[in-house]
Amino acid sequence: MSKVITITSGKGGVGKTTTSAAFATGLAQRGNKTVVIDFDVGLRNLDLIMGVERRVVFDFINVINGDANLNQALIKDKRVDNLYIFPTSQTRDKDALSKEGVARVINELRDNFDYIICDSPAGIEHGALTALYHADAAIIVTNPEVSSVRDSDRILGMLASKSRRAEENEAPVDEYLLLTRYSPERVERGEMLSIEDVQEILSVPLIGVIPESEAVLKASNTGMPVILDTESTAGIAYGDAVARFLGEQREMRFLKAQKKSLLRTLFGKA
Amino acid sequence: MMMSIMERLFRKRNDTASVAKERLQIVLAHERAGRTAPDFLPLLQKELLSVVAKYLEVEDEMIKITLEKAGEVSVLEINVELDKARIKKSLPIAEKPVDTKKAAVGIL
Repeated sequence: MSKVITITSGKGGVGKTTTSAAFATGLAQRGNKTVVIDFDVGLRNLDLIMGVERRVVFDFINVINGDANLNQALIKDKRVDNLYIFPTSQTRDKDALSKEGVARVINELRDNFDYIICDSPAGIEHGALTALYHADAAIIVTNPEVSSVRDSDRILGMLASKSRRAEENEAPVDEYLLLTRYSPERVERGEMLSIEDVQEILSVPLIGVIPESEAVLKASNTGMPVILDTESTAGIAYGDAVARFLGEQREMRFLKAQKKSLLRTLFGKA
Repeated sequence: MMMSIMERLFRKRNDTASVAKERLQIVLAHERAGRTAPDFLPLLQKELLSVVAKYLEVEDEMIKITLEKAGEVSVLEINVELDKARIKKSLPIAEKPVDTKKAAVGIL
């Protein structure tokens, strides 16, 4: 059974594209035929994060309009088997995503892939609603910060009322919370909402916690999904999140602040 | 050196996270209620206001309608703040059939 997973958040800049790239790569690494689609028409960035920006010929809008077929538009990843990138248009506007057109493309992808990852644009308008419409599962990317948590709540409301599953009275979309840019040190100092705080407010099961990590920026610099950086905490945490999504039991990692020695604590040497 | 120990011992925890949590809980409770409210509520509010306005001079914000769910029971709560309201000098005649359309237009 093919599954559509939408990566969404409401707020911008919280790590949707980073997460889409990581999740798609992780699922493909585990032998699932996976495609990751950029729904951010006009502001495409998935191609850059996946490092395929120079291989884009046809895009999502071309396929919707019938100017190209799927095989012409899908870009096969050179690092990971089973992984395909479906870029969007940089020049068109978001209204180019017609409901019927998107439905047709998603259904064609369902016949050919195990997982279809939809990288949602920010906001709660047409683009974001189109990205979540076909979702069977949704990963809500949230930073431990007030505006991000509020926007995530808003998106959860949209999933419950505006998704295809909601409209057609099917079982609701499976929702998962992914906390990103988490800093255990700041949580310990009382400066940042804790995992428990965010979970209590949103009441969505937690799929993973990605610690604040320099590796994310480095990975994006070179167009490599951060999950492939298996030395980094962020890469490992994404690997865990994918494993949990596939039903494995894994403990959350990197949730404790790095311990300072007693002497350092007493004498204030940071 | 001494300062560092003293600071650690006596500094009140700079706990802004709990403030964030509390603010979020309040604002989200409000927003969620608005989201699940049925569509007729704003219209109901307007019509009720138009009825009240026949007898009292009231402003929009003096009437509050909320629909709350407590377990199995839904409660429609209507609050009209009367302290600031003035009784109208010319009360409508009770027997006269009420022209709600006109009243509503008057309020709008």
